[in-house]
Amino acid sequence: MATNVEALSVMSIFDTFLNWKVFVQTLPLLLSGLTTTLTLGVTAIILGFIGGLVLALLRLYASSPLRQIAVAYIDIFRSIPILVLLVVIYYALPFVGLRLSSFGAAASALSLVSAAYSAEIFRAGIEAVPKGQFEAARALGLSPWRLMSDVVLPQALRIVIPPITSNSINVMKDTALASVVAMPDLLKQATQAQALAANPTPLISAAVIYILILMPLVRLVGVFEKRLAVRGR
Amino acid sequence: MMRPIIEMKNVVKSFGHFKALHGVDLQVKEGEIVVVIGPSGSGKSTLIRCINQLEEHNGGEIIVDGAEVGHGRKSTVLTEVGMVFQSFNLFPHMTVLRNVALGPVRVRGLSWAAAEDRAERLLARVGLGDQATKYPAQLSGGQQQRVGIARALAMEPKVLLFDEPTSALDPEMVGEVLDVMQQLAKTGVTMVVVTHEMGFARKVADRVVFMDGGRIVEEGPPDVIFNAPRDPRLRSFLQAVLSH
Ligand SMILES: Nc1ncnc2c1ncn2[C@@H]1O[C@H](COP(=O)(O)OP(=O)(O)O)[C@@H](O)[C@H]1O
Ligand SMILES: [Mg+2]
Repeated sequence: MATNVEALSVMSIFDTFLNWKVFVQTLPLLLSGLTTTLTLGVTAIILGFIGGLVLALLRLYASSPLRQIAVAYIDIFRSIPILVLLVVIYYALPFVGLRLSSFGAAASALSLVSAAYSAEIFRAGIEAVPKGQFEAARALGLSPWRLMSDVVLPQALRIVIPPITSNSINVMKDTALASVVAMPDLLKQATQAQALAANPTPLISAAVIYILILMPLVRLVGVFEKRLAVRGR
Repeated sequence: MMRPIIEMKNVVKSFGHFKALHGVDLQVKEGEIVVVIGPSGSGKSTLIRCINQLEEHNGGEIIVDGAEVGHGRKSTVLTEVGMVFQSFNLFPHMTVLRNVALGPVRVRGLSWAAAEDRAERLLARVGLGDQATKYPAQLSGGQQQRVGIARALAMEPKVLLFDEPTSALDPEMVGEVLDVMQQLAKTGVTMVVVTHEMGFARKVADRVVFMDGGRIVEEGPPDVIFNAPRDPRLRSFLQAVLSH
């Protein structure tokens, strides 16, 4: 008797959380959500990368007003919660005539914040390039632009690969916040599918998809760090 | 008449409140080999780093090849000044060939093909013709410093500055670098060399300059400086370096 009841409850757990039929039915919806999530994440990562590099260079080398603006930007956008920024962009900016799509709002919020974090990563990377490299480039007579593009940045970019990858993982995770502004990302589609099917399987599926996408990147950061530790010895 | 290619007049350099150069006067004539000696911290590096403006001087005048440098002046004359560093400072992410070809391409406007041609010739001249495709980390210290010399030469500079080029080397590699420098000295290029290699100074220098406490204390031809030093600080310095 007792074993029967247990078997029954195990069955019902499967039926509830890992229901195959529901999974197959809702998978197309989830995959379309995944496409949106990846598009959003990659867009924000690329824009954040470019913006971060520009901000880092301004912060390090620009003269007074521009440098201060970069510093203020970096501090402000590292202080504001992304969710708050997102809600402000999506719900408050229309009052001043700036109406963004949910994708536009989410991409802006994520890029603006990612640029601030990337800027600090790039700054640390540039500062980690030995002083002698700058001096050798200047002694050759390279222009400031060539000094950066030929000598310093190639070395700095190598240094920042692990932290930039870490930051990219965070950006990818934060894409889930976009469901708040009704963007049809993976999480939004999963909650939608859950409501339709009256079953939480899509949510579990979405969680597994997030993990499958991001875990390789997490491992990669681990490998980078181990390699750095070995080289540092 | 040899004209001066470097003229330093009453040059002052301070780091914060600390004065590293107390009004230095130095003239270097075209083709002259000047060796700068002196105890650690006496301002030798600061002196030559002011010549190519890696340090900007606070007072006095520095004229290179007829053009005053420093105080915010943007001058192309500094591309006529090459430098070889104690710690080599090769670009680690480029092959040896690229290291040498980069300056001519980016500053002189040569094509990569022409610059790499020049680089190959210079690498052969410093005895590294077969190492061009390697990266700096794959070379010994002595080889790296010879690449450093080839890199400076690739700009065809009128003046070459050396800041203790052999001080970071294992003793067995000092000779190969000094040999290259000695060959170079015969080509007519102007050289200002900071070094503790007194043998090199005796053999190669036209003039030896002794610095102490941010001042040039004594200067003269090597046989006078080494055989008949006048200043007691120079005497005790020579005693210290020649006794070991
Ligand atoms: N960037 C700097 N900041 C502060 N002090 C410096 C700096 N560079 C050199 N100095 C000081 O200036 C003096 C001369 O230094 P340096 O020219 O390197 O001497 P040398 O090359 O003869 O050993 C030293 O006392 C040194 O500590
Ligand atoms: Mg020195």
